[in-house]
Amino acid sequence: MSIKEDKILLGHGSGGKLTKILIEELILKYLSCPELEILEDQARLQINSSRIAFTTDSHVVNPIFFKGGNIGDLAVNGTVNDLAVGGAIPLYLSCGFIIEEGFPLSDFERILYTIKSAADKCGVRIVTGDTKVVERGKADKIFINTSGIGIIPEGRDFGAHRIKPGDRIIISGTIADHGTDVLLSRGDIPFQADISSDTAALNSLVEHMISSGLRIHAMRDPTRGGIATTLKEFALSIKKTILVDEEKIPIKSNVKSALDILGLDPLYVACEGRILIFVEGEDAEHLLNHTKRHPDGKGAQIIGTVLEQVGTDVILRTEIGGHRIIDMLPGNQLPRIC
Amino acid sequence: MCLGIPMKVVEINDNKALCEQGGTSVEAYLDMLEDVRVGDYILIHAGFAIKKLSEEDASETIRLLNEIMATENL
Amino acid sequence: MKLESKELIEGIKRLSKGKSVNLMEVCGTHTVAIARSGIREILPENVRLISGPGCPVCVTPQEYIDKAIYLSRQKDIIITTFGDLIRVPGTDSSLERERSLGADIRVVYSPAQSIDIAKQNTEKKVVFLAVGFETTIPTITGTLEMALRENIRNLHILCAHKVVPPALEVLAKSPDLNIDGFILPGHVSTIIGIKPYEFLARDHKKACVISGFAPTQILETILLLLNQIHTKQFSVLNQYTGTVDYDGNKRAMSSIKKFLEPVDSVWRGIGTIPSSGLRLRDEFSSFDIEVVVSIPLMKSKEPAGCRCGDVLKGKIYPSDCPLFGRVCTYENPVGACMVSSEGSCAAYYRFANRKNSQ
Repeated sequence: MSIKEDKILLGHGSGGKLTKILIEELILKYLSCPELEILEDQARLQINSSRIAFTTDSHVVNPIFFKGGNIGDLAVNGTVNDLAVGGAIPLYLSCGFIIEEGFPLSDFERILYTIKSAADKCGVRIVTGDTKVVERGKADKIFINTSGIGIIPEGRDFGAHRIKPGDRIIISGTIADHGTDVLLSRGDIPFQADISSDTAALNSLVEHMISSGLRIHAMRDPTRGGIATTLKEFALSIKKTILVDEEKIPIKSNVKSALDILGLDPLYVACEGRILIFVEGEDAEHLLNHTKRHPDGKGAQIIGTVLEQVGTDVILRTEIGGHRIIDMLPGNQLPRIC
Repeated sequence: MCLGIPMKVVEINDNKALCEQGGTSVEAYLDMLEDVRVGDYILIHAGFAIKKLSEEDASETIRLLNEIMATENL
Repeated sequence: MKLESKELIEGIKRLSKGKSVNLMEVCGTHTVAIARSGIREILPENVRLISGPGCPVCVTPQEYIDKAIYLSRQKDIIITTFGDLIRVPGTDSSLERERSLGADIRVVYSPAQSIDIAKQNTEKKVVFLAVGFETTIPTITGTLEMALRENIRNLHILCAHKVVPPALEVLAKSPDLNIDGFILPGHVSTIIGIKPYEFLARDHKKACVISGFAPTQILETILLLLNQIHTKQFSVLNQYTGTVDYDGNKRAMSSIKKFLEPVDSVWRGIGTIPSSGLRLRDEFSSFDIEVVVSIPLMKSKEPAGCRCGDVLKGKIYPSDCPLFGRVCTYENPVGACMVSSEGSCAAYYRFANRKNSQ
């Protein structure tokens, strides 16, 4: 086993390599079962004649209020997206709160309002929940867990298992907006920029893309660890090499500047309202144009290709035509980003 | 951490400058520079302005590079 | 007319034909910029880019981290540090590990943040881990100047600053390295200017160009270096115009001189280089945590099999180290070259197209 530590490190939660090792070598060791081992963003369960998608997400973002939203937005949108990218119609969410003693009721109310607005906007209902309070200092303000279920319509089968060489990769919009907003909102870097989180529920965008009838093979929403981590997860899963074009990756110029100053690589910085789509090569341009017609897909770009080459590398072609490897985060940048 | 970033000074308060680049604004200490004015471009590193930037005079370098490329007998 | 990458690469191929050229860069930011841009792959095989000891974290001996860990375990000490020291392995532990065990270790992006922390915690000592070359040193001395002005008594540093030119001399003289030219650091040069490098061209006949960090700037630099080697006319050229000038930053240099004085210093992998380090002058010894607190002798041990030293000297490629990629990885680093974000091994591991480089 390659876990060397005897204690949990912050890096175990950042969605990179350490997280992966923790899941695969410890968590799966005890909790493994066929549905869990697939390790997609949502579990797909056959219950009688229906296929149900089921997912869960915990939100520990610091700070809880940032420029483009708050923890309530993430709680709803994150879980809805995890369902949507599997082709499910998101229906119902649960919502569990763990609140620190002394947390202002006005802040809690603001978050509740946000949760309701976000849920209404994307058409899901919060149907069950739980509330716990712990002593001052034993939780940082508020932690939220949301679990969600949705129905997967007949005939839909999205996932890494469908990806083949020649598939093109589309990102639905600019990267790194969320992580940068959260970092700047922390207040310990004396730096301002007009950067807002891209948090959004993308079920409407997903339905729009599926309705094109084009041959979409897989979708995932890159969150913590950024698009680099998600692309690497796919490469490891499909055991094929992925080639990405650096110049095609859309990023807002002020986000790039801010990250340059912080010395952070945008490829590893979290998104919360973007989808990576693997589509049949021939259909890529059509899907791109179709996606751009949806308000949540205006900034979409084709950024890469799945190669024939067997391997698990994600290779980035640089602006001067060189290549470099994109690996997973070792696991300790940017804690509590979502 | 270690990257020197070029930014434009938009405001000066005492020994601190507010600088902007590509829509981001940062504060930096001016203690390591002399005679910085609003409108100057400076290089910022670890919270301090470490160099005032001047108009990039790449003309000599460009001339030399072109000369190198033009040389026949390589 | 500015040259495009394609033309520059063409020029590099033509100018290096029939030669075997070794170019060394000695700036961690260049190490990363070169690795990120994939330049090595598009250069002809006979032009070799070697990474030198340009990463201050990498060349700081293990003992320093062990001392920092010792300090972090004291209840009345708060450690402030740049981010990339957190994961460096000490003999038994790391600052990251100590933090998970409850030590008060705070990552800052500027040493000046230590001042506020010192003000908010007057009953504790705040110790900044002062590692870095000339680009960074003025940010520490600037902080000390502020501490003096504001009469802050509980701010200290654990000083391991080093300066670049003495190391360049050792590398230039080294018979087993065969360096033909140097890609000189961009940002160190903003502080020290151009003059300190002149001895390399004049006395050691090495091609020298101070370079910017964008891929095309590095390509321009390589072409300019090859031209010096080809014409055998050696000088220190400045490719990074607009940012670097002949005089450097005199104000910063005098701040450095005010607080710090040269001292012999151990560079991991190279050994002791005379006058290559800096320490606090006696009149400022109250800032020196090693004067204020008695730190016991550390029994520091370099990890077995680690060849960081040879990598830092440019003697071997990271992939030549027996631990590289097997025992020593970016997730589980053994040596500093793998831990530091600017370390050669880290850059190689994370960015190199490993198939091509084998």
